[in-house]
Amino acid sequence: MKIDRREVLVVGAGAAALASLPLTAMAQDGAAEKTADELIAEFTGGAEVAEGDGVTLTAPEIAENGNTVPISVEAEGASEILVLAPGNPTPPVATFKFGELAGAHMASTRIRLAETQDVVAVAKLADGSFVRTSSNVKVTIGGCGG
Amino acid sequence: MTIPLRRAALAAMACALALPALAETVPESTDPIVINGGEVELQTAAPAPEHLDGALDEIYSGWLFRDPDTQTMQTDDFENPGMIFVDQGMDEWNMVEGEAGKSCASCHEDVSESMKGVRATTPKVNKDGALWSVEDYVNDCRTNRMQAEALDWNGNRMKNLTALISMQSRGMPMDVAIDGPAQPFWEQGKEMYYTRYGQLELACANCHEDHFGDWIRADHLSQGQTNGFPVYRLKQAGLVSQHNRFRGCIRDTRAETFPMGSDEFRALELYVASRGNGLPVEGVSVRH
Amino acid sequence: MADNVKPRVRVPKTASKDEVIQIKTLISHPMESGQRKDKDGNIIPRSIINRFHVTFNGTDVIDVTMEPAISTNPYFEFEAKVPESGEFVFTWYDDDGSVYEDKHSVEVS
Repeated sequence: MKIDRREVLVVGAGAAALASLPLTAMAQDGAAEKTADELIAEFTGGAEVAEGDGVTLTAPEIAENGNTVPISVEAEGASEILVLAPGNPTPPVATFKFGELAGAHMASTRIRLAETQDVVAVAKLADGSFVRTSSNVKVTIGGCGG
Repeated sequence: MTIPLRRAALAAMACALALPALAETVPESTDPIVINGGEVELQTAAPAPEHLDGALDEIYSGWLFRDPDTQTMQTDDFENPGMIFVDQGMDEWNMVEGEAGKSCASCHEDVSESMKGVRATTPKVNKDGALWSVEDYVNDCRTNRMQAEALDWNGNRMKNLTALISMQSRGMPMDVAIDGPAQPFWEQGKEMYYTRYGQLELACANCHEDHFGDWIRADHLSQGQTNGFPVYRLKQAGLVSQHNRFRGCIRDTRAETFPMGSDEFRALELYVASRGNGLPVEGVSVRH
Repeated sequence: MADNVKPRVRVPKTASKDEVIQIKTLISHPMESGQRKDKDGNIIPRSIINRFHVTFNGTDVIDVTMEPAISTNPYFEFEAKVPESGEFVFTWYDDDGSVYEDKHSVEVS
């Protein structure tokens, strides 16, 4: 089979732009922001969340620049992992949903941290239970126009 | 009343930065940057060029002064976010524009052949006796051969192209000429390097020669080498050109800065490049 | 649509049956957070990629809800199981309704 190396379709902004408008408007309404606790409760449906075993969050102890902080989350058999940065102006970071063809239930990305804080990961495990972990990241101020 | 006080405070700050003199901290290791699992290896240290006359013993890549997470991003061409702009530079290279109906590729064809070594020897004096940066060569082609508009020195299109061109010299040692017709420009750049600018009265040398490896706030100073430019800077989350970095440094001394693309910055670019003669071009490096 | 959005994807071209492979993706996008202000003090409106979805032969691999805290030029690394020859489809959804898609085939030997 031939490899389609870089076949990029860009579907026009047309109709879909309308659909996304309310979302954008909401995001700008500061009063509507939810706290990290509220977001976790929403994610778990109010179920109890155990601490520790079952989910790992890897993040640097010190981030040279808060604009681009590499993190990884992993939770064996998890269906979803929620990542929050409670110290940010808006705490949500990402929710990873793993499908049938996921390998290890892990993902890495790069995130923005406004200040030194505990980054939080909450996983929904295969049995439907929830576990959480957190990792402290110190965000430093650079030397030059930091 | 407040003005003299503020001046005093600034003078104190400048002193604190300048003392103790010659307290540079040599990197603990000078391991090479191993990219793509060994496909490319870039040396991070080299003997200081002779013209430095003992001002430095060894020259070091800025990569050595970064945190491990930032370093790692440069060790894989996929994880290096700068490479996305090299891709975009390739699109730019092939894009026909202007009255002459040409692209860069129309004349220069395969970038990996025609641009090999260009970055390592630039800035250089052109046939008319002017000192030119890579950006000048790009805009000369655009305005004369392509009959298209010149690109903004600091615009994304220009930075994408200079990133692409820089990549074609990756691994080649910096080797800018400093004698012959280049000498007066080099002398001008050297004088700038040692001139204290701004309210903080800082010369390039006060930080990057006297104090590399030391803390500046929560950050390590580098030697200010330019072999990694253009860099993908995490702070800006985008490519940063040499002149933009010069502008930032001079601004941080609280001085009126020179414009990007000015003759002053071309001369400084030549001199700073010559301080790194011997360090490999890193293509597009990652800094914070 | 944000200017010049361009995806990059790294997927092995071949795999053995049921092999777990590593995939990396990067897309150029400013991810304007909606928190920044312009020179006049006005908030720059949010404009981000809000979802990243990957399927193989139509079956889900990963589906990510992305928030403004994801860095400029979003990067993801994850793993996928390849049960047969087929095609990965990578889709990024922009706030403005634009959709960016990239496809890569993998041959199982």
